[in-house]
Formats: sequence, structure tokens, C-alpha cells
Amino acid sequence: MSETKIKITGLRKAFGKKVVLNGVDLDVEKGESLVVIGGSGTGKSVLIKCIQGLLQPDGGSIQIDGEETVGVNEREQNRLHSKMGMLFQGGALFDSLRVWENVAFGLIENQKMPRKEARTEAVRVLRQVGLAPDVADLYPSELSGGMQKRVSLARAIATKPEIIFFDEPTTGLDPIMADVINDLIIESVKGLGATALTITHDMASARKIADRIAMLYQGKIIWQGTVKELDKTENEYVRQFINGSSQGPIKVEI
Amino acid sequence: MENKIQSFLQALGKPLVVFFMRLGNLTMFIGQSLYHCITPPFYFKLLGRQFLDIGFYSLPVVGLTTVFAGMVIALQSYTGFARFGAESAVASVVLISVTRELAPVLSGLMVAGRIGAAMAAEIGTMRVTEQIDALRTLSTNPFKYLVAPRIIAGIIVLPLLVFIGDVIGIFGGYVIGVYKLGFNPANYINSTLQNMETLDIVSGLVKAAVFGFIITLMGCYNGYRSRGGAQGVGEATTNAVVSASILILIFNYIITELFFAN
Ligand SMILES: Nc1ncnc2c1ncn2[C@@H]1O[C@H](COP(=O)(O)OP(=O)(O)OP(=O)(O)O)[C@@H](O)[C@H]1O
Ligand SMILES: [Mg+2]
Repeated sequence: MSETKIKITGLRKAFGKKVVLNGVDLDVEKGESLVVIGGSGTGKSVLIKCIQGLLQPDGGSIQIDGEETVGVNEREQNRLHSKMGMLFQGGALFDSLRVWENVAFGLIENQKMPRKEARTEAVRVLRQVGLAPDVADLYPSELSGGMQKRVSLARAIATKPEIIFFDEPTTGLDPIMADVINDLIIESVKGLGATALTITHDMASARKIADRIAMLYQGKIIWQGTVKELDKTENEYVRQFINGSSQGPIKVEI
Repeated sequence: MENKIQSFLQALGKPLVVFFMRLGNLTMFIGQSLYHCITPPFYFKLLGRQFLDIGFYSLPVVGLTTVFAGMVIALQSYTGFARFGAESAVASVVLISVTRELAPVLSGLMVAGRIGAAMAAEIGTMRVTEQIDALRTLSTNPFKYLVAPRIIAGIIVLPLLVFIGDVIGIFGGYVIGVYKLGFNPANYINSTLQNMETLDIVSGLVKAAVFGFIITLMGCYNGYRSRGGAQGVGEATTNAVVSASILILIFNYIITELFFAN
């Protein structure tokens, strides 16, 4: 069973003098749902963007299915991208396109599906995330934040990717909607048999969707384990984070 | 002394390094853009939308500016130096100044304001809201999808616009010549046709194509590299218009020199 889907070793990334990732080591097994937690600005989004090749790492290695992805050419990059789906932190829906065109984008552009067929498929995926077919013809700006999250989710899973990234899928949603999104993530990941890497600082969400949790702090993974282990850990950084306390080893720079 | 030289060089060095980095970035951007303009896949639907945006919707602005430009040139050249033997002189001055200079330059500047700004704002917003990243994760090259259609449309559409502007500008001169200065219509048209040179028109259209490239390139480039939210997008918009306008005036001179200096 245990087969490594994503293997990250010694990943480093800095912006100018500001070191964001400083030797990240992390493995994601095939079919598992890994959640990365960590404070605001610790580089969680940067980590995901490096894995996807949207940012060029300064050093280290990222292997997907045993293939090195750092520094590959564009054709390889495209091939890798066709294995992946991503729910962006801010949604990143194309605001010049209708909802269904957003969802069907990967199907049309990448898998060369005819538009009509792609539309049918998009409507099906939209229904899967709980959106009625009449939403399909609206523009993203006409939707509420929660609906936009669902559309982003639909776009991320429409191409049936092997790996799905979720960047703070529940941030900015009310607790009930957040839980609905959690359920949708679990369903779609399990339904596709995909490998999932989720970023969040919503601990309720993390507990619910994670097989395994890893914590990013000061550019490194300082702890990883299952949800059960999370509650028993002696690691003071993790304890402080999950209890949401301002007292402890993690100092917030104001 | 040595310290002074050193600090002088340092003071000089930093902006210089920044300048060359910018220049390098721009060159790479141009290279990538051109490469993706000429290699498939082509997005014909997006190209069509750009034709409409850059071309069709710019017609009123271009028409207005060129008609008044033609009118004012007719009036100026008459009151200035052509009161005697006026028809042929006014007609040819209007013809030459409109086709060589006024139609391309004024249309270029107008379109730069209209389109360059809109492009920078649209692409800049897509950048800061991560839509460009999203394009890439959906295996779509942003240069192909966003930049190439705009640049191709700019290069093709601007000459068409300027050609229409030529006609309208000359018509503006005719209106003033005939209805205000009291020239004989047939004579005026005759002198216009007699003085018509292919080179005047062609040079104007070549300018237009270059301006089309400059406008769309500056719009895309500034939008593409904008950073940091609404403020970044605002800066990109301003930079796109200012840089395109300046480059238009510079290249206008260079192309004129190439065509007519010998
Ligand atoms: N393109 C970039 N250029 C310069 N700095 C960047 C860039 N992207 C991210 N950073 C910096 O990297 C750091 C980490 O950013 P990142 O977005 O990964 O944080 P995060 O962990 O996702 O935080 P949040 O939970 O608030 O989303 C931040 O300090 C940010 O300023
Ligand atoms: Mg983030």
C-alpha cells in the first residue's frame, strides 16, 4: 500500500533576504490526506506553489511518483499539472468566464473535450459540490464567498486529478459551510482515490479531513503524526498551536 | 578620495543594475511573447474578442481625433502659408500630415490610453488574484492564453484603424477646405488624389503596426509583473500608458527617419 506520491527533501525558498522555507522534508503517501498546519505567513502557500512549480525553489528536491520536478521544462510541467488540481486560497476563479467554463476549463484546454460534453460534465461536478445547474451560467462575481469556494473545489476536481491541493479551503466561511466543504473534500478525495495535501489553520477542519498532520514552523516541518498522536503530543509548539494560545514557545512578531 | 569614488560608483551602480535587470526581464518577456504568438495552439475566440476590443470599440475615439486633426491642419495651413494657390497646397499638406503623422500617432496615443490601461488592469488583476497561477495549474500557458492574442490583435488591428483614420482625417480637411475656405470640391479632391503617394500611407501603416505592438506589449508586460494588490495594479496601469506613449513618440521618430531621411 504505502507508496510515496510526493517526496520533498531539503526544500528551500527565500524571497530576497527573507527565508521562507529552510529545508522542508515531507512525504505524502499515495491515497492519503495530509494536512499541513502552521501560523500565518509561515510559508504554507509557498510550499504548495513550489510543489506545483509555480515558484522556483532555491534548493532541494521534489519528487512526484519518483520523478524529479524541480527545474523540468514546460512540457514536463504541463504533464505534471494534468495530474494535479488546486483549490486556491483566494479562489482564483477566472472572472471573465462563466461558472461552468471555469469548472470545465481543464477539460476543454487540457483534455480537449468538446465544449458541449464539457458543459454537461461541469454541471455534473457542480451538482456534486451542491450547486444547482442554473448557477452554471452565472459569473463568479455574482456568487457568495461560500459558493465561490464550491466552484473552486469543482474546478479542482473536474479533471479527476491524482493529487489535489487545498489552500485554506474553509477560511472565511461560517462554521456550517466550513463543515460542508470539509465533507465535500473528503467525498471527492475518497471518490477519486486521490492524494490530498491540504493547508489550513482551522483545527476542526484539519482533524476532520486529515489522515496525517504536519506542522510547518520557521521554514521546517517540526512535527508530523496522526490526529490521535496530535492530541497526545508533548511538542510544545504543536500544543500551543492547537490550543490557540498566545503563551508558549511560538512568538508572534507584531 | 577613494571612498568618494566608491560611494559614487555605488550610488550609480544600484539604479544601473535595476535598469539592466528590467531591460533583461523585458527582453525575455518579448522573446516569450513572440514565441507564443507564432506557435500553436492559437486561441481564435480570444483573438476575436481582442479584435473587437482594440479595433471596433476604438473606432469612435480614432474617428473623432483624426477628423478634428484633419480639420485643424486644413485651417492652419491655409491661414499660415497657403493663401495663394491654396487648394493644392492645403490638400497636400492635409494628406501628408494626416497619413504620415497625425493618424498613426494620435490613434496610437488614444488606443494606448484606452487599451493599454485596460489590458494592464485586467492582466494585473489576474496576477494578484492568482488567476495566472490557476491558468498554469490547468496546463494552460498564460503567454499563449493572455499575451499572444492581445499582441497579435494589436499588430493587425492598429493599421486597420489608422487606415480608417486616414480616410476620416482627409475627409475632415476636405470639409473645412470646401465649406469654410470655399475651395472648389472637385479641385480639392483632384489635388488630394494627385498628391497621394503610396509611401506616405505605407509608412503610416507600418508605424501603426509597431505602435500596436508597443501598446499591447506594455499593457501585458506591466500587468503581468504587477505585485501587491490593488495598488500594484494601479501602478501597472499608469506605467503601461506612460511607457507606451513615450515609446510611441520615440519609435515614431525612428521610423520616420528610416523611411524619409534619405
Ligand atoms: N511572490 C512573493 N514574493 C515575495 N514574498 C512572498 C511571495 N509569496 C510569499 N511571500 C512571502 O512569504 C511568506 C509566506 O507566505 P505564504 O503565503 O506562504 O504564507 P502562508 O503560510 O500561506 O500564510 P497564510 O496562512 O496567511 O496564507 C510571507 O511572508 C510572504 O510575504
Ligand atoms: Mg497561504
